[in-house]
Amino acid sequence: MTTTVNGPSPEQREAFTTRLRHGREAISERWHHAPRWVRWALLAAVIVFFYALPNKEFYQYLGPIPTPGANFTQVLFTVSIYVLMAVGLNIVVGFAGLLDLGYFGFFAVGAYTVAVLTSPSSDIKTLWPWLVVVPIAIALTMVSGVMLGTPTLRLRGDYLALVTLGFAEMIRIAAVSSEFLKGQRGFNQIPHPPGQYADGRPVFGVLDARPYYWLVLTLIILVVIGVRNLTHSRVGRAWISIREDEDAAQLMGVPTFKFKLWAFAAGAAIAGLAGALFAGKQNFVNSQNFELLNSIIILAAVIFGGSGNIVGAIVGGGLVAYMIERFRGIELFGIELYEFRFLFFGVVLVVMMIFRPQGLIPNRRRAAEFKDRRKEVTVGE
Amino acid sequence: MLLEIEDVSLLYGRIQALHGISLTVGEGEIVALIGANGAGKTTTMRAISGIRPVASGRIRFDGEDITKLRADLRVRRGLCQAPEGRGIFPGMTVLENLDMGAYTRRDRAGVAQDLDRVLTLFPRLAERRKQHGGTLSGGEQQMLAVGRALMSRPKLLLLDEPSMGLAPMLIQQIFNIITEINEQGTTILLVEQNAQQALARAHRAYVLETGRIVKSGTGQELLHDPSVKDAYLGVA
Ligand SMILES: Nc1ncnc2c1ncn2[C@@H]1O[C@H](COP(=O)(O)OP(=O)(O)OP(=O)(O)O)[C@@H](O)[C@H]1O
Ligand SMILES: [Mg+2]
Repeated sequence: MTTTVNGPSPEQREAFTTRLRHGREAISERWHHAPRWVRWALLAAVIVFFYALPNKEFYQYLGPIPTPGANFTQVLFTVSIYVLMAVGLNIVVGFAGLLDLGYFGFFAVGAYTVAVLTSPSSDIKTLWPWLVVVPIAIALTMVSGVMLGTPTLRLRGDYLALVTLGFAEMIRIAAVSSEFLKGQRGFNQIPHPPGQYADGRPVFGVLDARPYYWLVLTLIILVVIGVRNLTHSRVGRAWISIREDEDAAQLMGVPTFKFKLWAFAAGAAIAGLAGALFAGKQNFVNSQNFELLNSIIILAAVIFGGSGNIVGAIVGGGLVAYMIERFRGIELFGIELYEFRFLFFGVVLVVMMIFRPQGLIPNRRRAAEFKDRRKEVTVGE
Repeated sequence: MLLEIEDVSLLYGRIQALHGISLTVGEGEIVALIGANGAGKTTTMRAISGIRPVASGRIRFDGEDITKLRADLRVRRGLCQAPEGRGIFPGMTVLENLDMGAYTRRDRAGVAQDLDRVLTLFPRLAERRKQHGGTLSGGEQQMLAVGRALMSRPKLLLLDEPSMGLAPMLIQQIFNIITEINEQGTTILLVEQNAQQALARAHRAYVLETGRIVKSGTGQELLHDPSVKDAYLGVA
């Protein structure tokens, strides 16, 4: 292509965003004014839909939605892991307004904790069952979050972004080169979650990904309920105030450091849980699972969906992870589209930032922050 | 004395913004702090509210040494600041902003009472209680910042340029409100560019120049001081 890219004219941009806004606001208005039972019924329908989704008897009627190039149930599992992580990262980035560029590092800590404590390839040979190790994995990721956050969250500015980036890279390098973490060879025979059917077959086996997906889906629902309750409490108010104006929050008596650390640790714990689930499903963990790009993708997904909004994070995480997988096996002019997935993804993000910087489904408050009139005047500091 | 600052210095990196300033605020007073742009008025407020650590010196509040106390704990001791440049929460509604002012309080009845009081003081805020802070006009934001600070029911209210950017009518109004708040029993430390009004309302005042206190006296004394007139009151 040789055309130069001129941004859209202000009028075009205005017209486009107005249309988008009206569309969304109409939906959002309807939703907020619908009777309670309608909302519950819709919510229940959505939940039932997602529980039914991995069944072939159901998804074969869904046209182009199932992925042609990959086992759809496996894809759904991957997508659900991304959604869980997006919900976790949304606490950090969306609610408390902290820029975490190394979120995947916590996922790695969770996965490796499970691997080291359960796998026969591990040097320490504890061979503990999966279920016992999950709480340990979550606790360890939380501790690593606190250790990382304590020195950095006291500082303002971009330190956190840098430190988290460094942390994720450090974990990756340790995974690649440390003898203890087995590099490329990795850990195998990581046990699955427990449970048997009446006939003695394990619920969580090797071939069928559905039980894992259902497990993650259930955990997502529980985590979302927990996060929602938190955000409607004093804790949530404190996070929002920190995001909007940290100095002002402190001047109102909010212990800002404490709440930032909590948000950071809570986010880390959820990533740790995701890592533990991943290890339990995959059976195998090695250094290739933890590329830096993954951290960026999750962050982009949260911003894309509308950071600060739980539904936005779910939609963002789900869509992004799904789109990446959807490209697999599609050829255009003899080129496998999957190879260009990140290019496509980058373009979508750029377009998004031009037309809709607050994300697909922004939080109402967040939208108001974008309208902040204080930016109209130059304020002497 | 409710607040005593003794020989406080403060650094921004290598730049020294305060060079050993001392001042006091007595219970029930309005004390004004005036000075040119960049004199260090906001910096003094930051030192008192604890947003910035001091390099040396001591700050005592209500008989307690708070020099090293965290900012949020100072609020619990009864010290609250309405920051310069308003510092309201743009994504929160007027009511939610006011609610944040009462963040440290647990006495619901008292909070409801203070909310009534603030909404009576600022009828404009009452009209706009559901509007987002960020979309308020400059003057309304200023009122919100003052109202929000009042919601913590402070013993000492720190106001950093409450009249900044307001129309003359509103300036008059906000100073009337400040006097009213004070008469209702709140001690006030007031930073102002609008020296005329500030000195007229204050019991005592200090003049700050490049990080040093160069003059102090009652509001009336300074109002009639030739050098103050020259530098800050715009009359030759
Ligand atoms: N965050 C900062 N970093 C570095 N220097 C700063 C910072 N904040 C203030 N200063 C400097 O400290 C000095 C005092 O600033 P301060 O904001 O206290 O002035 P002020 O008296 O409030 O002025 P104004 O009337 O313009 O609000 C100025 O020279 C300013 O440039
Ligand atoms: Mg100032």
